[in-house]
Order: sequence, then C-alpha cells, then structure tokens
Amino acid sequence: MAIAIEKLNRLGLNRDDYKGAHTTLCAGCGHNSITNHIVKALYDSGIEPHLLAKMSGIGCSSKAAAYFVEHAHGFNGAHGRMPSLATGAKLANRDLAVFGISGDGDTASIGLGQFCHMIRRNLDMTYVVEDNGVYGLTKGQSSATADLGSRPKRGPANRYEQIDICALAIELGASFVARSFSGDGKQLVPLLQAALAHRGTAILDVISPCVTFNDHDGSTKSYAYVKDHDAPVNTPDYIAPQEEILVDYEPGTVQDVELHNGSHILLRKVGDDHDARDRMVAMRLLFEARQSGEIATGLLYVNPEADDLCTREALPSRPLAQLPIEELRPSREQWDALMAGLA
Amino acid sequence: MTGDVFNDFCIQAATVNGSGSQSSNLVITKALHHMGIPVAAKNVFPSNIEGQPTWYDIRVTPQGYQARKRTVDILIAMNPATWERDAANVRSGGAVIHEAALPRFGEADRDDVSWYPVPFARLAREQLDAKPDLRKYLQNMIYVGVLAELIGLDPAAVEQGVRDQFRTKPKAADLNLAAVRVGVDYTRENLVKSDPYRVTPMDGTRGTVLLDGNRAGALGSLMAGCTVLAWYPITPSSSLCEAFIDYAERYRVDAATGERRFAAIQAEDELAAIGIVLGAEWAGARAMTATSGPGISLMAELTGLGYYAEIPAVIFDIQRVGPSTGLPTRTMQGDVGFVHTLSHGDTRHPVLLPGTVIEVYEDAQRAFDVADRMQPPVFVLSDLDLGMNLWMTAPLPYTERAIDRGKVLDAEALARVTEWARYRDVDGDGIPYRTLPGTADPRAAYFTRGSGHDEHALYTEDPDVYEANMDRLRRKIDGARTLLPAPLVEESGNRVAICAYGSTHHAVVEARHQLADHGVETDYLRIRGLPLHPAVAEFIARHDRVYVAEQNRDGQMEALLRQELPGELADRLRSIRHFNGVPIDAEAISDPLLAGELAQREPADDRAAAAHHVPVA
Repeated sequence: MAIAIEKLNRLGLNRDDYKGAHTTLCAGCGHNSITNHIVKALYDSGIEPHLLAKMSGIGCSSKAAAYFVEHAHGFNGAHGRMPSLATGAKLANRDLAVFGISGDGDTASIGLGQFCHMIRRNLDMTYVVEDNGVYGLTKGQSSATADLGSRPKRGPANRYEQIDICALAIELGASFVARSFSGDGKQLVPLLQAALAHRGTAILDVISPCVTFNDHDGSTKSYAYVKDHDAPVNTPDYIAPQEEILVDYEPGTVQDVELHNGSHILLRKVGDDHDARDRMVAMRLLFEARQSGEIATGLLYVNPEADDLCTREALPSRPLAQLPIEELRPSREQWDALMAGLA
Repeated sequence: MTGDVFNDFCIQAATVNGSGSQSSNLVITKALHHMGIPVAAKNVFPSNIEGQPTWYDIRVTPQGYQARKRTVDILIAMNPATWERDAANVRSGGAVIHEAALPRFGEADRDDVSWYPVPFARLAREQLDAKPDLRKYLQNMIYVGVLAELIGLDPAAVEQGVRDQFRTKPKAADLNLAAVRVGVDYTRENLVKSDPYRVTPMDGTRGTVLLDGNRAGALGSLMAGCTVLAWYPITPSSSLCEAFIDYAERYRVDAATGERRFAAIQAEDELAAIGIVLGAEWAGARAMTATSGPGISLMAELTGLGYYAEIPAVIFDIQRVGPSTGLPTRTMQGDVGFVHTLSHGDTRHPVLLPGTVIEVYEDAQRAFDVADRMQPPVFVLSDLDLGMNLWMTAPLPYTERAIDRGKVLDAEALARVTEWARYRDVDGDGIPYRTLPGTADPRAAYFTRGSGHDEHALYTEDPDVYEANMDRLRRKIDGARTLLPAPLVEESGNRVAICAYGSTHHAVVEARHQLADHGVETDYLRIRGLPLHPAVAEFIARHDRVYVAEQNRDGQMEALLRQELPGELADRLRSIRHFNGVPIDAEAISDPLLAGELAQREPADDRAAAAHHVPVA
C-alpha cells in the first residue's frame, strides 16, 4: 500500500496549513476559485502564517479573507476602509506581509479615495480586487467597474462610464499592476506570488464572475464573456529567490523582471511584445484592449525600484510596535531644557 | 498718583490678520510674564489667512485669573475696518492707542477715554531701515514700544520677550528691538499719559511657563510612546499634530542612521486617519489622531468598529464651532454628547475632560493607558481655548513611570494558557485578552470583525451570543467610571454648587470669588471623565441646587447628567450656557447664577408671606 507523502513547502508546512474557514459564498462563485489560487500562492511562496495580516473591507469579496490561512490574524474592516487599516498595520509592524482582499464596490466606489492614497504612498501590500461589476450582498446593483451598457440581472442597462481599476492604478503611480481571471490559475498563481514578493502596492484586479447576479447574457463580466474576450498579454512565471530557475519557458521573447527580494518574474509574451516596465505602453495596452472589447490580462506594469511607504518614512528595521518605551521618550536633560525654554 | 490701577486690566490688540501682530502680542505677553505679573492671553482670530480682523486679549491680574474678561481697558487699534466698534467697546476711563491716521468720528468719537494717536506707518517708513514688505510687521512691533512706555513695562523684560520670540533669527530680533525703541521714543517725546493703567513687577509667575494645551497633548503622546500619528489638517487641532511631529523629529530620529522611531501620516481625510490609527493599534503600536467636530463626524463609523472589535485608539477632539464655515476658529464645548456615544448601536466611549494644560499632558498619557487597559477608542476632549491659547502653567513634569499595555498575550504567555478566546471575560471585568499579529503561536491568530462574533471571534448572528457580548461590553465600559480620574471637588458644606468641565473651569474659579462677594458661597465639582464617576451623583446629592456651566447651547453635559441621575437628583440641576464662540468669562456664570438664586428666594418669600396670611402687593 502506497503511503501518501505530503508535499511540504520551504517552511515545512503543507497546503492545508494555508486553508481557512469554509466558504459561505455561493457555489460556483469566482471568488472561491481565487481563494484556492491564493492558498496555493501563499503555500508555494512559503509565507509564514503568523506574519501574514489578512485585511479586507466589506462585501462578498471581503468575506473571503476568512477562507484562507486560518492561523493568520485577519481584519474584516469597514466598507472601503481597508487601505487605511492596512496602512496602520504595516506602519506598526513592517515585518507583516499585508494581504488585502477587496471588491469592485469596496475599491472603486466607497473606498476609491483610500485606494488612491494607498497607491500614492506605495504601501507594501498585496491588494486583490475580486471584480464582478456588481454588488452581491445587497442583491445585484451595478458597481462602478460595470461597463457602459452592461445589463444587470434586473433593471436598466448601466448608463455610466466604468472605472478601470488597473488604468487608474497606473495613472496614480502604482508600482505593480496586474489583471487576471478567477478561472485562470496558471496565470493568477504566479502573479500572486510576484505580488507577494514585490515591495510596494501590488494591485491585482481579478475578474470574478458573480454566478448569482452577473453571469447572464448582457453582462461583460460573465464567465462566458470573459473567456471569449480575455487577451493575455503575458503568462508570467514566478521564480522564488530560494529556488533554482527551472522554468520551461516558451521560445520567443522572455522578459525577466527582478523583484525587490531577489525573486524574478518571467513574462512570456503572447501576441505583441509588452514592456511591463513602461507606463505609457501599459496605458495604451489597456485602452486599446477596451476599444476592441477585450480584457488585457497579465502583469501590465511593474516598477520594482519605487520606494515603499516604510522606506519613505525611514522607519527602523525593528517594528515600531516593538520599540521599548525608553527609546521613545526624550531624556530628562532634554526635557528640562525644553521646559526651561518655555519660561 | 492716586487712582492708578496696577497689574489689573485688559489690553486688546485689534489688528488685521496676516500682519504679524501675533509676534507683537506674544512679546507683550512674555514681557509681562518675565516681570512676574500673571497674564492670560486669548487669541480671537478669523478663519482667514490675511486681511480679516483679529483680536488678541491680554489680561493681567494679580490673582492670576486665566479666564477671558469682557471689558477692554486699553485698546491698541490698528484695524481701520473695526476701529469704530473697537473704540466704542473700551471701558470709560480707558485708553486707546491708535494709528494717527484713523479719523475719530461716529462711535469712535468719545471724550471719556485717553487717546494716544501714533503715526505707526510713517514711523516705520521714516525711522526703520527695512524693506517695504517688512514694514507692516514692524508697525505692529512699534505698538509694543508705545504700550511698554505707557504702562511701564520693564525694558529688559521686553527685550527678553523679543529675543524669545526670534530665538533662531538674531537679525530679526535686532530689527524688532529697533521698532520697539521707535515706539518708546515717540511716546516719550509726543504723548502725555492720562490713563490710570500701569504695571509693576511682582512675584506671581515664579515656577510657571507659558504653554498651550495642544503642545502639552503632543508632549503627553510623545511620553506615552505613541509611534503612529495619522491626521488631517483642521483648526484647532492641527497644531497638536504639528507639535508632535516637531518633537518627534527632535527626539526620535537616530542621528547616525536617520531612522525615525515614529510615523506621522497626513491622511487624505479623517476616515483614513482613524483607519490608520486602528490598524496600527491592532498591530500593537500606540497610535493617535487629533481632530475637531467635523473630523469626528467622519470618524463615527470606524470608531464604532473599534468599540465592537475592541481595538484601542486615542482621539484628541479639540472642539470648535462648526461644521463647514460655522465659526471654525471659535471655541465651543460642543462635542461632549456627540463623542461619548459616537457611532451607531450601543456604543459608549471613555472620554477624558482635561481643564488645564497640565491635565491635557497627563490625560494624553492616561488615554493611551486606558485604551490599552480597556481596549476601546478613548477620547481626550479639549477645545480651541485650551488647545491654542497660551496658559500660565507649572512646567510639565518628566514621566518615568512605566506604561500599561493591558491584557496582551505574547507567545510566551499564550504557551502558559490552556485555552484562549479573544472575547472571553476571564477576569470578570469584561476585558478580554488580546494577541497581536506577528505572535509566533498558531493559537494567537483570530479574525477581527464587527459586533457579530462569539468569544472566539467567529462570525455569528445568534441572538443570545450577541446579547451576552453587548452585556460584557457594558460591564467593561462601566469599569471606566473608576479608572478615569475622579471629579475634582471643592466643598465646604454649601447648599449651592457649580458643576463644570474642561476649560470652563477658569471662569468658574473667578465666578466663585465674584459670587462670594455677593454673599453666595458655592461648592464646586469639576467632572474629569465620562462615563460618570460615582462621586458625581454623591456630590449632587449633598446639594440643593447644582448649576452646570458649559459652553454650548443645549446643555449637553447637563443632559448627560439627567440621563444618568435618578429624577430626584436630576431635579437639582440648573443649566448655565455660554455659546457665542469666544471663551467663557466669569460673569457668564456669576450673573445667571445670582439671578437663579434670587429667583429661588423670591418664591420662598412668597410662600412665607402666604403662610402668615399677609396679603402680597
């Protein structure tokens, strides 16, 4: 009788150690697929569970933070406020790997301001948007990422322009911007691993069809629509710094991007060459894809050199939360001099 | 000379904001303080950068009263736009120092005050070697010299005041001292003193410094070990945050590496500011924000989440009038009822109510300890008057005591515990144990969320579990009644008492003296925190009438008291309210209290008369 040998990651943990509570989302929800890809990416990357901080806002997507890595602290915050909570957590303890799950309502509507300012500061976190173009928990209202003209299950077609989360993020100076599809683990897992290795705000907009409210004809975020209109710009392979590079990459041009922690991401080009380090090229790609009714997926833009928030704030390597009080108070001599100056 | 008034009068400088008059006024304030004369300064300023009227009231009293006074004895009139009204406000027998070019007509045409016309603009132009753009500032420094000569300010004290004010700019100090001398010389040669107001050195400021509440709050936060500040600029709280940054840059930056042992984030709004604070506290850092009423409004939702999820936080509310363009630069005690129960549902937050600069410093430190001990957001309620004006205070004492981080289980402590649940009341005080992200123990992790959770922080909508959790939260917050400072009581068996809180204190001190002069002796209770300490009700029970004095229209604290007290005690409350945007003065308390006591006596007389069957006319 064969004995099943559990495959362990570099920390000696198995994949089950990265699982969380059972999902309460609808059967077939794209978000559940994403959860599975997140579990694989965290396991493959060997993220220490106790150093992971799972952050989320409010919505179906934000519930998902409970569905992976049970032995990591999590914070299901308020609607649209995840970026600020994550900012505080990272400033307090820069050792934490901050991993955020948000949705299109949480990010592109109620939380748009915080989303923008998190990117401005280049907070070191992975920020996944589970993007279905619809408000699920409140039963199917259109969101700000719904395409102009797309029809919700009930009511009239969307009359307003969509906000393209990736184009906005690039415009704001985001240092890592990718788009993928919940059903494409081959593309999404390496992107998630690269996002985890990136030091700065890594935005992943993952189209994730809502099986209940937005998977019908007339929706541009249905499973069928995305499968038909997905135009991958690249299929990345992620190479951890601890591993040998053994990727069997396809012939043709391969773009090797070294990330801050020494890991690499290899971009396999499909179609036109895409230079993911050029913002203008990335913007053009997004606009052209939209004009032709396509969804460009893959790593759209990356700038591994941009300083993250903790670097800009010149924080010590030891987390602020762990500094002893003696290092935070002026000396008695300094104090007396200060008071004497007020007399 | 008989009739002279020494060290007991009010000076008002009526100027145009953005003209540098603040420096001149601070020089006068500091010079008086250097002479040992107790001084109280109130800046009544507009919501504007340049060109609008602003008033700076400097009060000298031998008793050291710190409250504002309504009367103006000496006016320094530099603003043509308000000149007539300012001159009309001067007390009969007072003095007016004014720009000679201002015409005396209308309300400004009166013969019961001493007029001291000075050609400030011409003097600055002709006698000071300065560029035209500096002259408007120097004109204001000339009035320091005029005033100094008229009231007898010690020239050495004035020079020290100027040197203090321009400590880092010796050249500017010299130029300003020259301007002062121009004023002194002009006065000697051209003006004859005809008013009674003079100063004479005394020993009333020894051991005191001049400090505003906001800087004290910043220093308290620094000493408490606050490492994360998140804020959005709003008057009158910005100076607290800016002071924290100044001090942290002075004392928390590693000279060799440039590493900063703090993070100060100017957030995009107050929604983000409180979010950053809660995120940082959740991850184990001491964090704070400072704001005012409009910012508090935006913080309502996350403050509620902090309450239910039990995350410590420190929020300074420097109260002002508002929102929007609602007198944003004027003072008010307008948020007392608002912050205590901020957010929706059954939220109730500990609130500290400092009344002096030292108390702001102590409460800042206390707030972090209370927040860590009890795990809720904690408010420190100050106001524009306490926060932004200069107060005479004892120097802030250096803090050496340890901080209280409350019930935090690290990996070592967790290993000794057989079963841990995030929201379990182990000690009977309603306060659970928490862990921080990054704790190297698989049992440390929990999922933070709103009010719908069980002891293990797992989501539930079970009615019994919800109710039990809310009851525990009530027990927990009730513990704050005795954890926060007890009320300060001055009691000598009188039947009538005054109850106040915060900066209203200083007017009460003076009002009680005025009342005693009118034969009404009062006891005094000053509330220092919410929820109410049991000693408050006990004090009220020992008095027949308790006048609650506060700076808002609706008597917010009185309403809170009525909510909590049994009807028999609530009936003893009377309300005194001041709400015009300028700091409360003693008469705003003593006048209505006297009227109330008089009304109290009249019906009693009626009853006595009726008892004797004597017809009443």
